[in-house]
Amino acid sequence: MNDETRGGGPTGAAGPTQPGATDRLGATDRLDVVGDKHRPRWQETLLLLARNPMAVAASLVLLLLVLVGVLGEWLAPYGYNEQFVGGQLESPSTDHWFGTDEFGRDVFSRVLMGAEVSLRVGAVAVGISLVAGVLIGLFAGYFGRWLDDALMRFMDMLFAFPALLMAIAVLAILGRGENNAMIAIGIVYTPIFARVTRASVLSVREEVFIRASRASGAGSLRIIFRHVLPNAAPPIIVQTTISLAFAILSEAALSFVGLGTQPPNPSWGLMLSEGRGFVEHAWWMALFPGLAIFFVVLAFNVLGDALRDVLDPRQRSVLTGKGAGR
Amino acid sequence: MMGDDETTGPTAADRPATMGADVLVAASGLRVYFPIRSGTPLRGVVGHVRAVDGVDLEVRRGETLGLVGESGCGKSTLGNALLRLVEPTAGRVEFDGTDVTSLPASELRSLRRRMAMIFQDPYASLDPRRTVGDCIGEPLAIHRLHRGRARRAARVGELMEIVGLNPDHRGRYPHEFSGGQRQRVGIARALAGEPDFIVCDEPIASLDVSVQATVLNLLVRLQRELGLTYLFVSHDLAAVRQIADRVAVMYLGRVVEVGAASSLVSKPEHPYTEALVSAVPVPEPERERERRRIVLAGDIPSPAAPPSGCRFRTRCPKVFEPCPDHDPVLQAVGGSASVEQFAACHLHGVTTTPPPSSPSSR
Repeated sequence: MNDETRGGGPTGAAGPTQPGATDRLGATDRLDVVGDKHRPRWQETLLLLARNPMAVAASLVLLLLVLVGVLGEWLAPYGYNEQFVGGQLESPSTDHWFGTDEFGRDVFSRVLMGAEVSLRVGAVAVGISLVAGVLIGLFAGYFGRWLDDALMRFMDMLFAFPALLMAIAVLAILGRGENNAMIAIGIVYTPIFARVTRASVLSVREEVFIRASRASGAGSLRIIFRHVLPNAAPPIIVQTTISLAFAILSEAALSFVGLGTQPPNPSWGLMLSEGRGFVEHAWWMALFPGLAIFFVVLAFNVLGDALRDVLDPRQRSVLTGKGAGR
Repeated sequence: MMGDDETTGPTAADRPATMGADVLVAASGLRVYFPIRSGTPLRGVVGHVRAVDGVDLEVRRGETLGLVGESGCGKSTLGNALLRLVEPTAGRVEFDGTDVTSLPASELRSLRRRMAMIFQDPYASLDPRRTVGDCIGEPLAIHRLHRGRARRAARVGELMEIVGLNPDHRGRYPHEFSGGQRQRVGIARALAGEPDFIVCDEPIASLDVSVQATVLNLLVRLQRELGLTYLFVSHDLAAVRQIADRVAVMYLGRVVEVGAASSLVSKPEHPYTEALVSAVPVPEPERERERRRIVLAGDIPSPAAPPSGCRFRTRCPKVFEPCPDHDPVLQAVGGSASVEQFAACHLHGVTTTPPPSSPSSR
């Protein structure tokens, strides 16, 4: 077609092994060019996500969470600490959509303002464990040998303690408070990310394309971050969404024992814990923060699964319906 | 043949590591052992698989050296060791006068621009998460060639054209291509750094028969146009005979015969080569009917515990007294003046290699 220079067929003594075979390059050997438009990759990713209704719903929930997290203070009909004397433990009504708690505070307002805490805990705590755990897992898995032993045995040590106990120990050192709680949760979940990453790296490391990259002269860092990490990512993405859920719950637990969010500040976990004692008389106190946690955790999971599919080029062409595939 | 008393003639032992001026890659006394670890917690080493066990080999500039042998004979490991993709246990590899085996990592990486590899499985050798354009451009990025976005893109397009791919497909992912096309991507990647030497590790073995010839032709054309030197690893003697100038035959970690492709096939001097040649079908019915196949008894012995003396003796139809006790070395057995033929067999006079502990065999 457009390769006149190489039209030639058999090549002298060292010609084709197949009798009659010619060097059939060019048109017959090429895929059709039609419909091979190139959108930037992130645009295509968004487009593909937009086709998945569950992912869209999850995104909306999370978008709502972000909005509420930022604007909660202005959206809430009452102050988070505003007490209605004589209006304690009121069931949901038009005045108080989610009822009031034992101090007469509006549960709806507190749920709205608690979104910010959940958001921050999710982002910061999981961010810490994601970055630290993935780095540790990558290096331990890729380089192996003594580095693997040293890093992973240390991770095992952290992992050996029950999560909550570990977090309490860390908080005992750092001091109580919301920010320290996030750091503590981040540390506690690091070994999980390290393990998931390492396991994934161990299989990717042996792939031929890694050797091919090394043959091209690529250094270890290039191989690790350009080839190993993207191919090891799917289980990490899923682990991230699961951990977001656990981080929110852990924050709740830490707040419950008085080491996380300090009362009277609102936190879904804290509210859930406080509401537990009143479940028989005032179910709304625990139900609404619980539902909030439920929807956010669900949204993270759904979005995580959808992302994992969309970010895989093989799945991607199934989704877009193009490509030869195998 | 027996009784030829030519031990006094020129033997492989007399050859210097880099005979002649035109040797591009030379291996001497190359050994690659893989430890076998026990399953116990301390994972002690209980033995070694001697994948490559004392190989001397030269690849001359501009030639195609075919490397044939059964699966498991160490030919792929040898190819990998020449590029130091596998660390050699002993011996040295010289690339254009540079000792590759002792090179520090950073210098080795820059030398990698001049040597490349084409892999057997075009499905496994391309990163599924990167576009073929990224893949072909990677050596350019690593070695800082054709810097700048536009220039690099132009070079990637050019490389795709050279191997017969449509440059417009650079944004596609490997799974969107057929096996033959993927192998072309692998070839384009190998060419990106403008290498002198390419190890082709069974490049057509996992392709459809219908595209094997086109890929083989592509490799031949590229060699002619770009002046490349190939080590063509294959188990397919018929394909190697077509593409190679010289052929080396490997058995159980050793090179047992080297010579010009034509003479090695027409007049094999090592019983193993003879058996290999006899297994290749002849595309002429008359001669094919006369072809007498030498069927070797038994399996290839374990490379962890190779037989004493000559490694081929357990399956050799011509085994005789010296074989179990003496390990034969490559010795000149004829060939033409320009391309000598060497075989490691006592039928051409009894010879012995030094014990494997000596750093430089011969």
